Amino acid sequence: MNNRLRWRKFVSNFMLTMTGVCAVVAVSVLFFILGYLVYHGGTSINWNFFTKLPAPVGESGGGMANAIVGNAKLLLLAALIGVPIGFMGAIYLAEFSGSSVAFVVRYAADLLNGVPSIVIGIFAYSLAVLPFKHFSTLAGGLALGVMMVPITLRSTEEFLRAVPRALREGAMALGASKSKTIATVIVPAAYRGILTAILLAFARVAGETAPLLFTAFGSRFWSPGWNQPTASLPVMIFTYAIAPYEDWHRQAWAAGLVLLGLILVINILARAILARGIAVPRS
Amino acid sequence: MATTTTTAPGAGPFAGSRSFISKLRDGDEIARLITFLFAASVVLVTVLLVYELWVESALPRHKFGLHFLITKVWDPNLDQFGALPFIYGTLVTAAVSLLLAVPLGIGAAIFLAELAPAQISDILEFFIDLLAAVPSVIYGLLGVFIVIPLMREYIQPGLKNTLGFLPFFQGPTYGVGFLTAGIVLAIMVIPYIISVSREVLLSVPRDQREAALALGATRWESTWKVVVPFARTGIMGSIFLALARALGETMAVTMVIGNTPTISASLFSPGYSIAAVIANEFTEATGDVYLQSLIELGLVLFLLTFILNGLARLLIVATSQRGSGVGQA
Repeated sequence: MNNRLRWRKFVSNFMLTMTGVCAVVAVSVLFFILGYLVYHGGTSINWNFFTKLPAPVGESGGGMANAIVGNAKLLLLAALIGVPIGFMGAIYLAEFSGSSVAFVVRYAADLLNGVPSIVIGIFAYSLAVLPFKHFSTLAGGLALGVMMVPITLRSTEEFLRAVPRALREGAMALGASKSKTIATVIVPAAYRGILTAILLAFARVAGETAPLLFTAFGSRFWSPGWNQPTASLPVMIFTYAIAPYEDWHRQAWAAGLVLLGLILVINILARAILARGIAVPRS
Repeated sequence: MATTTTTAPGAGPFAGSRSFISKLRDGDEIARLITFLFAASVVLVTVLLVYELWVESALPRHKFGLHFLITKVWDPNLDQFGALPFIYGTLVTAAVSLLLAVPLGIGAAIFLAELAPAQISDILEFFIDLLAAVPSVIYGLLGVFIVIPLMREYIQPGLKNTLGFLPFFQGPTYGVGFLTAGIVLAIMVIPYIISVSREVLLSVPRDQREAALALGATRWESTWKVVVPFARTGIMGSIFLALARALGETMAVTMVIGNTPTISASLFSPGYSIAAVIANEFTEATGDVYLQSLIELGLVLFLLTFILNGLARLLIVATSQRGSGVGQA
């Protein structure tokens, strides 16, 4: 009996230690990725990377200035599509809708959220590339915007719902109309959460590659206006990583470091905003 | 909505007939209409997405029918398209990734939910969330320059020497292939499994644990025989979610799977997945049947992930409801 108890205790301690090992392994992957990118990318980043166009094949040097600008344009378009639809839709869901309409909208948003990004790319292709017969920044922005909508919508709705009921009732008791209550009381009370939701959605699409492959396509030059194909950092990383040139590999690492740094900073910022508490404590 | 009747200043006794006018004056109906249009556009986009996938894949659907799913030939020159190697590659890589990710992910989730003090658990969860935010092309980059050489030089020869009698570990070791893609995918989906499983485990009522411990169970026995079974459906949900992610993952897989349409029992063999073939061939597809076959592949992928995501959501909701129900009783 004593032996059996000892065995059970041993199994318990062993398995619990193993779960700890699992957790450490999982988390250490993050630091491994970061360390490796900083090590390889850090040595390849220089001023040229941010200011020069890609060098012609065979020549060394050059940078990814066009991809950085292209990425900014794509993300601006994505935010112009994703934020208004997500935000306004969330207000409708949280404040106005009956349960059956809300169910349909939520279901659609969850479905859209689960669609693989490459399929979103096909969708944007058939909407914005096929009819015009050429790749464009607009098409890429559309793809990223569509991806942003469900993430913004669902989390904004959560934060709007978390605003205490007493606040709404207080505003209405003072004679404010519903729309006035929403605009001056509810949204300001939830603004930290909403900002977090938008930033997280933004960070999520900032690194997307697959939907850009056949919408924004790619380019080795500046892309004037919105109606031409444009380079972007994720697509550059992809093409440079699988190319056989040593110099391109170094630039892929540099681009990876810039992209990951941007995404992690946005993520940490978003969580920091939220961690300082929603302006109004829940009661 | 009954409690939210607004009384505009001076609404007076004619509330019934004036409420609509006063609402309109205050902008409530307008606000409602505008926000409704935005919300409706989400539904519209979703419907349009399904519609486009269906319509744009009409040619191969009519030409090949269900044979599209079960034939192996993918030959743009002959206009013959069969999706079987891609479906096979997608399913095999996803299966390999789950085999690796599920034990590790659930183990880590148990540690975070059951063992670690709340503060440490929160910090680790923060890192896990960051890990989930790493874009897939970065995983692909590390896959190309770290995992592939490692696989070619050490892991694949090692597996061949020890487990080479199994059909899974035979053949030449290129570095790329099903196994490599599965490993990279596993690293990518582990954060999803951990996050959701941790939430589900944390929602298991405390008295379940205490009852088991009071009966003389060790800490592990209470966790493994009481808490985990209690959270079983939710954990299954997290696995389905991870599976859906793994099936739809594009960039990392494209960069390490080898991009050769093969069906082979050996995990060392280079392969191809649905998402990868779309990513690689979409811009080069000449001819309507070719392009639309790729779109039909997108439709297949969409349906696969749609079903899995639906199941995952059902399972997670079922657990959390059961958890709270028992907690209240």
